[in-house]
Amino acid sequence: MASAVETAVKDSHVEKKKKPSARYWQDSKEKGKTENKSQNEAENGNKRKANKRKLKGDQRGGKMVLSGKSDPFPGPAPLPEERLQKFKRREKSKLPNRKRRKLRDVVARSEVVSEMAQKRAAQFDLLLPEEAGFLEGDEDEDTCMISQEDIAEAVDITSGAKYFNLNLSQFGPYRLDYSRTGRHLLLGGRRGHVACLDWQSKQLMCEMNVMESVNDVKWLHSESMYAVAQKKWLYIYDSKGIELHCIRKFNDVLCMQFLPYHFLLATASATGFLQYLDVSVGKEIAAICTKAGRLDVMCQNPHNAIIHLGHSNGTVTLWSPNQKEALVKMLCHQGGVRSVAVDKTGTYMVTSGMDKKLKVYDIRAFKPLQSYFLPAGASCLSLSHKGLLSAATGDIVQVYKDVWSTAVTKPYMAHRVRGTVWGLHFCPFEDVLGVGHGDGFTSMLVPGAGEPNFDGLDANPYRSSKQRQEWEVKALLEKIQPELISLDPDQLCHVDQASYEQKHKERVQALGFDPLAKEKFIPKLKKKGRSSSGNVERRKRQVAHEDQRDMIRTSVEDKMKIEKEIKKQERKKEALSGLRSALDRFKK
Amino acid sequence: ANSSRPFLSSHQMKVKVLSRNPDDYVRETKLDIQRVPRNYDPALHPFEVPREYTRALNATKLERVFAKPFLASLDGHRDGVNCMAKHTKSLSTLLSGSCDGEVKVWNLTKRECVRTLQAHEGFVRGMVVRFCGNSFFTVGDDKTIKQWKMEAPGYGEEEEPLNTILGKTVFTGLDHHQKEGVFATCGQQVDIWDEQRSSPIRSFTWGVDSFSSVRFNPVETELLASCASDRSIVLYDMRESTPLKKVIMNLRSNTICWNPMEAYYFTCSNEDYNLYTYDMRHLDRPVIVHMDHVSAVLDIDYSPTGKEFVSASFDKTIRIFPRDSGHSREVYHTKRMQHVICIKWSADNKYILSGSDEMNIRMWKANAAEKLGVLSPREREAVNYNQKLKEKFQHHPQIRRISRHRHLPKAIYSQAKELRVMKEARRRKEINVRKHSKPGTVPVVSEKEKHIVTVVK
Repeated sequence: MASAVETAVKDSHVEKKKKPSARYWQDSKEKGKTENKSQNEAENGNKRKANKRKLKGDQRGGKMVLSGKSDPFPGPAPLPEERLQKFKRREKSKLPNRKRRKLRDVVARSEVVSEMAQKRAAQFDLLLPEEAGFLEGDEDEDTCMISQEDIAEAVDITSGAKYFNLNLSQFGPYRLDYSRTGRHLLLGGRRGHVACLDWQSKQLMCEMNVMESVNDVKWLHSESMYAVAQKKWLYIYDSKGIELHCIRKFNDVLCMQFLPYHFLLATASATGFLQYLDVSVGKEIAAICTKAGRLDVMCQNPHNAIIHLGHSNGTVTLWSPNQKEALVKMLCHQGGVRSVAVDKTGTYMVTSGMDKKLKVYDIRAFKPLQSYFLPAGASCLSLSHKGLLSAATGDIVQVYKDVWSTAVTKPYMAHRVRGTVWGLHFCPFEDVLGVGHGDGFTSMLVPGAGEPNFDGLDANPYRSSKQRQEWEVKALLEKIQPELISLDPDQLCHVDQASYEQKHKERVQALGFDPLAKEKFIPKLKKKGRSSSGNVERRKRQVAHEDQRDMIRTSVEDKMKIEKEIKKQERKKEALSGLRSALDRFKK
Repeated sequence: ANSSRPFLSSHQMKVKVLSRNPDDYVRETKLDIQRVPRNYDPALHPFEVPREYTRALNATKLERVFAKPFLASLDGHRDGVNCMAKHTKSLSTLLSGSCDGEVKVWNLTKRECVRTLQAHEGFVRGMVVRFCGNSFFTVGDDKTIKQWKMEAPGYGEEEEPLNTILGKTVFTGLDHHQKEGVFATCGQQVDIWDEQRSSPIRSFTWGVDSFSSVRFNPVETELLASCASDRSIVLYDMRESTPLKKVIMNLRSNTICWNPMEAYYFTCSNEDYNLYTYDMRHLDRPVIVHMDHVSAVLDIDYSPTGKEFVSASFDKTIRIFPRDSGHSREVYHTKRMQHVICIKWSADNKYILSGSDEMNIRMWKANAAEKLGVLSPREREAVNYNQKLKEKFQHHPQIRRISRHRHLPKAIYSQAKELRVMKEARRRKEINVRKHSKPGTVPVVSEKEKHIVTVVK
């Protein structure tokens, strides 16, 4: 190998670069030796090869291949444990009893297959092309002191262009929403200005004024449609700004959430109604009266499609379309709740309230984890894919890192915008935070916020229109029915271990009668000569007797047993006392 | 990706912002296929289970939509089709013999009859193709065994058998050895013949009854099994002079078939509407009782994979059973199909051929919803994926209901219901009898043991 390189160097225009880099398994001494050797016996290739083989064979028992070289990395590449853990679906199940041979076989096989799948996925994870962004300050410099301009200057031009301001002072303050792929931005000004644009190329798709106050804007499943909650009704427009629907069933909507896998648009209104609209068929799925007054704080749990509502009495309630009552009510703050956010994995919920506190909850166990005091209180919250938390206090946007695992003292980043912040959203798959405020819109750079590697079949920022159409058909085909929304989304794959009694109870409730109940014996009357009252009575008694036989038998047996025991105890007592009166011999 | 290296600015800070090069994610020319980068991180794929469930439900529904099993009907016989034989070398050739002694050779790809010959007077009772595929044997009601060439006679030549053996009694069944020039017939006794001789080299009798079917074991090639009309199934070894053992059941078995992959199992079709799979080593109780037919089962054939078998019944239906299941997974019927007398599963595991009373041979798909023809790799992948999903969620009530739904003719439906009621009544009565008699006097007999009278060695 070494000799080949030497010869190549002589007549090659590419210099040292071609030399293979030293590997840790190659002994430096040995390398020197072989180099020397190669000069001496360049023509005697076979012999050298044999030597080398011998050397290698001595050093490590690597597997020999046809070429005679041993494999420096025998076996499959090692996988780090935490990466394997990332793809773990559930704990290993216990093998059933040996007697249940068939089931045991099936379980064992599926176990092997799932383990293999986990390994393959972890191996594939190594090959992902992109790495997440980061920001590190100088030794004694806080990252929160670094200004956006400095960051934009330090990074490449395309990334630097992602920091920009839109001065829209006329119709503000603005709410905003990014589409699921992160390519498109939807802006809704309080005073009726609605605009959607491809924010990376800054291409305006449509812009209009609806001549009404706008409460909230939301993209639907793709960038071709969006919903606008206006003063009175809910409207749906397409990307060219043409009004497609005006939905009069949904009035006074204040905020909206779109559940992408269910094709449901959840709206919360000023009248206290939580409504679900199936956008694939245009039907209202559920309308729930929450009886909690004006609903202006809302977020969804992306893990299980549960809607979280914040109320003015400090509670956060969890809702599914299948139940008229809240699934969970949590008292989170002493004042009203101002904002709620749930992270991507559905593990943590972050709330901020009028009591100027920011609290972190483990939403699976409904347990508080951290509580922070913000002097100004946070009006808007947003969580990124990678778990960065952005909180807006007045006109300052602060970004925090790791709010749930450690008690954070300083923000990761901070930025002052020109007006009071009204909407806050991290852009999916980008290190960008969109801020809608009184004076327009600001796109901020937040290194380390976005998921670096997207999945092309789920949300592809670079998809063509053909790919989008195909995705749309597939997504509609596998639309999840709203009945399947529950706190645990994996419930479908668990064995339903409801007891027989429970099942029977449900069946009785569903049917309205007990199918297993014994029919009440009704003697047929009007039989010749058999319907005399005496006979009827006797027959009844006979049947009653049949039924009671078992009971009587068992009760008699029980009585006998008890008597026996009593006698036994008496006898014991006597034996213990040892006293015998003269009359005892007459006892049985 | 290159442009996003950490930079060092005047601040001495290190920063990297996500910045993707679109060239890595968009195809270069229109002739390329689109790039689809994948990331299998579970956090990016929420609702894994409900989405898979929805896919499984869709797949199940589509399977029912596409379930069109009937392919073709081969007509030409002038009497009921009594027996069929698969060609051992050619997938597209089928032989059939009818009740008027006519034998037809069919080309299945063209779906036409390529040759017709009058083989016997009266029924053609049995037919088998020699392992080399050059000739075939027929037996008939006229007490003869005839060997025919597979090729049609040339122009001007007369249709004549290669060899004719005149037997003493009527033959009812026939099977050929897997490797040697030996074949077995059954009638009043089971005879083993050498192809070169005109008298049997061995005859087996056990009692004085007639046999309806004889089959060579495909792996232990010297072993045979036969069904006798005295309700027994008898096993023989060709090298011995006496039969090995027999099991007597409650009712008569009609035909027998060995599992080609696990050749110690055989399945017999019985007059009591059931099929029984036996382990040849333990005849005292069947491994599985396959129930679902509502009339006598007339014929059975295993798939070449040995995982399933198909049965033909007097109730005008065909049913497909998994090897290890007590109930059928599929039932085929048409309005015009009468009592199905013979059935074959094609050697490529794709088709089922049934011959019935009303003179037709019908060709069915073995998997009703399967797409025929060559599948593209993506199609095949999708099919496999859907298959796995259906398997995963098969026990969910909605999916099970859809996948099990079959339309049945009213007669069969009502008869099945009636049978169910009868069975339930019998069970209830047995329980009552047990309840009202001395404990231990009425033992519990399992379904498997119910139908066996005795085993004789």
